[in-house]
Amino acid sequence: MTDATTRTRDLIDALYRSDSRRVLATLVRLLGDIDAAEEALHDAFVCAMEQWPRDGVPDNPRAWLVSAGRFRAIDQLRRRAVLDRSRSAMELEASSLAELRPVDDDAEEIDDRLRLIFTCCHPALSVDAQVALTLRTIAGLTTEEIASAFLVPAPTLAQRIVRAKSKIRDARIPYEIPERDALPDRLDSVLSVLYLVFNEGYSATHGEAVVRADLCAEAIRLTRLVGELLPDPEVDGLLALMLLHDSRRHARTDDAGEALLLREQDRTRWDRALIAEGVRLTERAISSRRVGAFTLQAAIAAVHAEAESADATDWHQIVGLYDVLLRVQPSPVVRLNRAVAIGLARDAGTALALIDDLLGEGELASYAPAHAARGYLLEQLDRTAEAAEAYGVARDLAVQGPQKRHLDRRADALRGGPS
Amino acid sequence: MKYLCLLYADESMWATMTPEDASQMVAEYGALTADLKRSGHYVGGAQLQASTSATTVRVRGGKTLNTDGPFIETKEQLAGYYLVEASDLNEALSIAARIPASRGGAIEVRPLVEAPVPANA
Repeated sequence: MTDATTRTRDLIDALYRSDSRRVLATLVRLLGDIDAAEEALHDAFVCAMEQWPRDGVPDNPRAWLVSAGRFRAIDQLRRRAVLDRSRSAMELEASSLAELRPVDDDAEEIDDRLRLIFTCCHPALSVDAQVALTLRTIAGLTTEEIASAFLVPAPTLAQRIVRAKSKIRDARIPYEIPERDALPDRLDSVLSVLYLVFNEGYSATHGEAVVRADLCAEAIRLTRLVGELLPDPEVDGLLALMLLHDSRRHARTDDAGEALLLREQDRTRWDRALIAEGVRLTERAISSRRVGAFTLQAAIAAVHAEAESADATDWHQIVGLYDVLLRVQPSPVVRLNRAVAIGLARDAGTALALIDDLLGEGELASYAPAHAARGYLLEQLDRTAEAAEAYGVARDLAVQGPQKRHLDRRADALRGGPS
Repeated sequence: MKYLCLLYADESMWATMTPEDASQMVAEYGALTADLKRSGHYVGGAQLQASTSATTVRVRGGKTLNTDGPFIETKEQLAGYYLVEASDLNEALSIAARIPASRGGAIEVRPLVEAPVPANA
């Protein structure tokens, strides 16, 4: 193989990583079907591998790939239509031929990428399916990668994606950017999917690893993409929230890989560049005067990020932010976090009463962090035996290995056992 | 594309309604049906009699078994349907959200299988 050939192949590899999702987004519109578009994308890159080393790299490689993919797909459809003259194949052919539009149009290309995002995160699909489809189709992860990140068997995940694609086809979920009046709700649904992906990476609900960094990185990349395509204060807020959490990634575990609480972390290990970007985005989102739940959570994370030590944290400001958040998003978890902040800003007794009320209502009864927070407040009030008991309850409810061990250590320390 | 909107609602609702509320409900359905006819979305629709009037039929081994009551006993019962023509699921879902039973009850939206064109057509 000549040097030039090697260089061309490297370029095609790089192009696949950087641009294959854009080509796919346009092919889905042209072909009206995700499966057909994925096949066409594959064929287009196979063509490039055959032709570019021989004929040279085209001026606009992306447009070339779209044309090649579309041509191959239509060719396939024609052949299939001859074999079985089913109406769907004929219709698909007719519609794809009718809708041929220039593909080097930047605005249209941005729209295609948004169409793909809104289709994958359509609320008529289950949340599990939205997450799987987003990571598969928009992020370009393999089914195996997604399955291992979410600790589900690969065939289960593959099935989930197949079902979602069938529903898009059979129920005719349109490939479109939502109308203005539906846009805020639909954008919320996209952002929740991205936050779910981030959280799965960040808190890894199961197993031993505290962080699965690859999922965090994907979620951040996709949120940046949504922000570029569709600027909106809540997208800034979500991106800021992710960056501010991610800034603590290296400080969240000790050398033995055990989880550390915010107040135990070595703040010199926080990533200052991520914090600076997160704070800047939070400020931009707040100045828009349309402050949503993600922006408020980012603002809370920013207060933590800017405190030089746990003791220097401005807890009064955090309580104030939780007060606002509670109005925007009145959930039990927000009430729990607000109570803990009150414990640190004012007194543990008031906070404990709030948490006991919450637990009394039953919704958080099996939520480990609620019992861990209770244990912490009881410890502050020198009610040692009750604190140890609360940590024990939290430990039994915790699903993460490192969390369990952390709670064991706290309970043991109170009982005067091994620390 | 055709979508069947199945209306599920608590039937006991009618019994507890004041006559004014009931006639307003009837009027709302009448207005919606008229709107859907005007906009060309309406294909068909009806209110069903109470689920106590239902009979479920099964044929097993050539024998017909009729039983009293609906196929599935639930708190919210199939109370009626609209069959609508919509360009895609989003349009069908926004029609479903205008059906009064969506408030309090629920609407299940199901796309119909499009009949394939025979090969010699």
